[in-house]
Amino acid sequence: MIARGIVCFCLGIFLTLNAPHVWAGPIAQQGSGNQEEASQSAIDTQGGSQETMRPDAALPAKRTVRSVVAEVSNLVQPKLVKIYGAGGLVQLEGYQTGVLISSQGHVLTVWSTVLDTDATVVLFDGRRFRAELLGADLRLEIAVLKIDASELEFFELKSDADAAAGTRILAFSNLFNVASGGEPCSVQRGIVAAKTSLAARRGTYNSPYKGPVLVLDAVTNNPGAAGGVIVDYRGKWLGLLGKELRSASSNTWLNYAIPVSALTEPVGKILSGQSNLLAAAEDENKSLPDGLTPEVLGLVLVPDVLEKTPPFVDSVLPRSSAEQAGVRPDDLVMYVGEVLTPSCGRMREELRRLDEYSVARVTLLRGSEVIEVQLRAEPLTAESDKQTESSGAQPDGVPTEPVSGAAKDKGLQEEGSSATTDLPRGASEKESAPTGQESP
Amino acid sequence: MKLGLALVQHLWGRAVWQVCAAFTMGAFVASLQGQVPQPVLKAQAERVSVLERICPAVTAIFPSTAADNGGSGVVISADGFALTNFHVVQPCGPSMKCGLSDGGLYDAVLVGLDPTGDVALIKLLGREDFPYVELGDSDAARAGDEVYVIGNPFLLAMDFKPTVTFGLLSGTGRYQYPAGTLLEYADCLQTDASINPGNSGGPLFDAQGRLIGINGRGSFEKRGRVNVGVGYAISINQIKKFLGDLKSGRIVDHGQLGVRVINDSRGRANVADILEDSDAYRRGLRHEDFIVQVADREVQGSNSFTNVIATFPAGWRIPFAYLQDGKRVDTYVRIAPLHRPGELAEVMAAPVAPPSPKEKKQDKEQPRPGQEKKETPEEQGPQDELPHRDDAHDPKPTEMPEGVKQVYEAKEGFANYYFNRKAQERLDAMRKAWASPTEASMEWQLTGKANARGAFTIRLSDKVGRMTLDSGEAVVLFGEDEAPLLEPPKSGGLVPAAAVWRRFVTQGTAGMEEAVYWGEAPLPGKSGLYDVLMVRQWLTESRLYFDRSSGELRCLEMFVDDASDPCELWFSEYQPLRGDKLFPRKIEVVHGDAVYDVLQVENAEWTAMTTAEPIPAPAASGEVNP
Repeated sequence: MIARGIVCFCLGIFLTLNAPHVWAGPIAQQGSGNQEEASQSAIDTQGGSQETMRPDAALPAKRTVRSVVAEVSNLVQPKLVKIYGAGGLVQLEGYQTGVLISSQGHVLTVWSTVLDTDATVVLFDGRRFRAELLGADLRLEIAVLKIDASELEFFELKSDADAAAGTRILAFSNLFNVASGGEPCSVQRGIVAAKTSLAARRGTYNSPYKGPVLVLDAVTNNPGAAGGVIVDYRGKWLGLLGKELRSASSNTWLNYAIPVSALTEPVGKILSGQSNLLAAAEDENKSLPDGLTPEVLGLVLVPDVLEKTPPFVDSVLPRSSAEQAGVRPDDLVMYVGEVLTPSCGRMREELRRLDEYSVARVTLLRGSEVIEVQLRAEPLTAESDKQTESSGAQPDGVPTEPVSGAAKDKGLQEEGSSATTDLPRGASEKESAPTGQESP
Repeated sequence: MKLGLALVQHLWGRAVWQVCAAFTMGAFVASLQGQVPQPVLKAQAERVSVLERICPAVTAIFPSTAADNGGSGVVISADGFALTNFHVVQPCGPSMKCGLSDGGLYDAVLVGLDPTGDVALIKLLGREDFPYVELGDSDAARAGDEVYVIGNPFLLAMDFKPTVTFGLLSGTGRYQYPAGTLLEYADCLQTDASINPGNSGGPLFDAQGRLIGINGRGSFEKRGRVNVGVGYAISINQIKKFLGDLKSGRIVDHGQLGVRVINDSRGRANVADILEDSDAYRRGLRHEDFIVQVADREVQGSNSFTNVIATFPAGWRIPFAYLQDGKRVDTYVRIAPLHRPGELAEVMAAPVAPPSPKEKKQDKEQPRPGQEKKETPEEQGPQDELPHRDDAHDPKPTEMPEGVKQVYEAKEGFANYYFNRKAQERLDAMRKAWASPTEASMEWQLTGKANARGAFTIRLSDKVGRMTLDSGEAVVLFGEDEAPLLEPPKSGGLVPAAAVWRRFVTQGTAGMEEAVYWGEAPLPGKSGLYDVLMVRQWLTESRLYFDRSSGELRCLEMFVDDASDPCELWFSEYQPLRGDKLFPRKIEVVHGDAVYDVLQVENAEWTAMTTAEPIPAPAASGEVNP
């Protein structure tokens, strides 16, 4: 009985994990009879065997990946627009994507600085229009533009269009402004990895939208991609690619789309003139806590009475990261990361630069001994306590890394850096590469 | 007791785990055999077999000096020719190391460079049976095609076993702005298969394992220099056009037409500016005309015009069509070099600077504060290009491996002159096989009938050429001080062109003031490519086109300057003459858009030159067609 359960379980895993991949596999090009046949059958079978497939997405015979993309492209490309507006500075792109939602030239896109000026909308056939901003929803960060055109192909905002984890998607957008004029937008392939609520941030601010999103397994949310669409393999519109955001918990860039079902009502409101340009303002101002402080790490410093009070540890808070790392009263904090901290003020300033999720590497002077510890804010769970005790490894449960690896962690909080920036530029970086890859 | 219980628990735990593991494996296998449909397994097996076939031809490229820097490449012939990026080999100098998936490390030598297109041809040494891949047709590729990217991202593979990533083509016919005038990616392929630093120079394959591109670029921005699902590959069809030129050992150049094109309100490619000494102007193209076709590609707007032109080598003559006053004109146009003579070497010598934001569509990744210490400005390099150049523009003068020394010759303007010399020797050997006569001292006398102008006699030597027609005689002197007269009138210089021809036939490349094997190029109205030799003689420059298999000279174009049309001699009807050697019986003389005449050679004689022959005064050459 147990064994059967395990078999079923394993099979389940196999199907869920591999089925989409298998679909990704079979290839059929023109002039290759065998593969054509193979891939047709594969697709047919896929339609039946994959639980997450929606019934209406079952694929008819004679569809190959190439023909699917070609068909879907024909459906999608005429409904996409390229939008140009304010920006063009470093990391502030002056372009994004949009999608037509009416034959009369209503364009749905994301609300961004690009729309700070009169935007230009370029249709799939290269025609250019000056766009009028009809309204925006600052909670969802979407906007609707209007161009003076008619008889356009468009996507209907239907709330029944939806996707679940496992749905195979194609993402269309003008990421990096690769296409211009009448050139077709880029297409990428992915799978809906999860349907969940957005918990993201931009810089140190939380993103205002907390609603449902489709998380994708492909890198779809690039500069300029916002306002693009994801569709299923029949060309059915599933979601709008959102703005570039990082996960509030892992700090990694998110690839996601706002499902059509979440767009219907807000877009309807914008179209009926109930644009809520202020609704999100209160949310938006709620900033994340101001980085790290000595206290959240478990350090109580000596009273800061002088202009340059040396940052001696006065006491260590119980059950804190500092206690676990073995910090003792009278230790002197010399460095935070690689920055010398001659005073309490300087130390607080350095910690404030680190966001609340990051690990602070702190160098202490104890007598004549120099000690390096890694501290973090998160309250320790019972489980991690146990691990620490049983393994006797690093007291705070954070794997200690060589300096180069830790330096990378520090890099994480800089806007514009990445988790694994391991370009083998030279011997020193090459050596540090493995640790960098382990760290996330 | 407690201990015993713990032990039992422990063993029990292990047993359960082992049973679980066994079932897991069993289930996995069972699912493979029983649950997964055969066609899926078959498709997977095909994929695996394609990869097994192509992976051995993918190579990891390192500079000879250090292994902490490098890129990828792909072998395209059994004798070891391999393609990679210019920006991969630039730090290597003429010699590099190439690792193959069997673990073998081979010396390789630089063969040819295309800095504008970011392509380099290298040759792996030491085997005649390298695994290699088939070249595909990138024009047939479409967005949605499944593709493999194979290479050595992050220099992961210490045993040179390449990394495979898989994705689809996100777009075709893409254009990526150059850094200055180098590293321009025109008509390139865009893929969402992972392309990371170290993948540079590596292959992009279609689903059948045919090479359709060379990966070289990604859109990297704020997320660091790692894949963001947007990589670019130079299309193999562009590379095919340059391959012959690259094998010449030259530093090859891309081209331009001397026109500036803008989009009109209907998105058509409208000529906004045109240089009056350009070939396009001589072919009748004027301000306000619309360019509608270049080569086999319909032109829709200025972008597509730029995209197509940038994929052709300088010097090619390609089909070209434009609309003038509503009428379509079909012609051939000659592509002028993109760079001035010497300019390419100049910009290559300078470090490749990242393009300024104004020249770029997309923003660059900015150096991060935390990394400033590690990156010298040089190291930042072209931020869009994938690999890494440490001492890029300062290759350390290291001892070259013996095998490389034998196949490398330095010469200004060449990536590796050895391959040029070899190609010249090949053409010379073929010339000796077909051509007659090959004695340098012979004076030629050709007689026959010109279709339009009646009987003719042409006498040619190293010093003087004469052509006698019913209407008179043209005499042209040849020397190093003055360009020859372009006699007879309207021929564009039939006599001097014929004299260059004679000199090449009798004395070969060694007899020319300068000879360079140029590579391969098409001829108007003919299919296929021809071996091209460029020679300089008597202040003229000629391009000689040879049939690639027989080595027969098919066409000779003689230029006196860039601003006028050459005199073209088209040779055909090669027939034995005095033994088994061949001589053309028909010579078509073309100048500009007009055929000057067709010469039917009835008799050709050669006699030892009489040095005492009086040289007529140049004045005599004035009146030919009274």
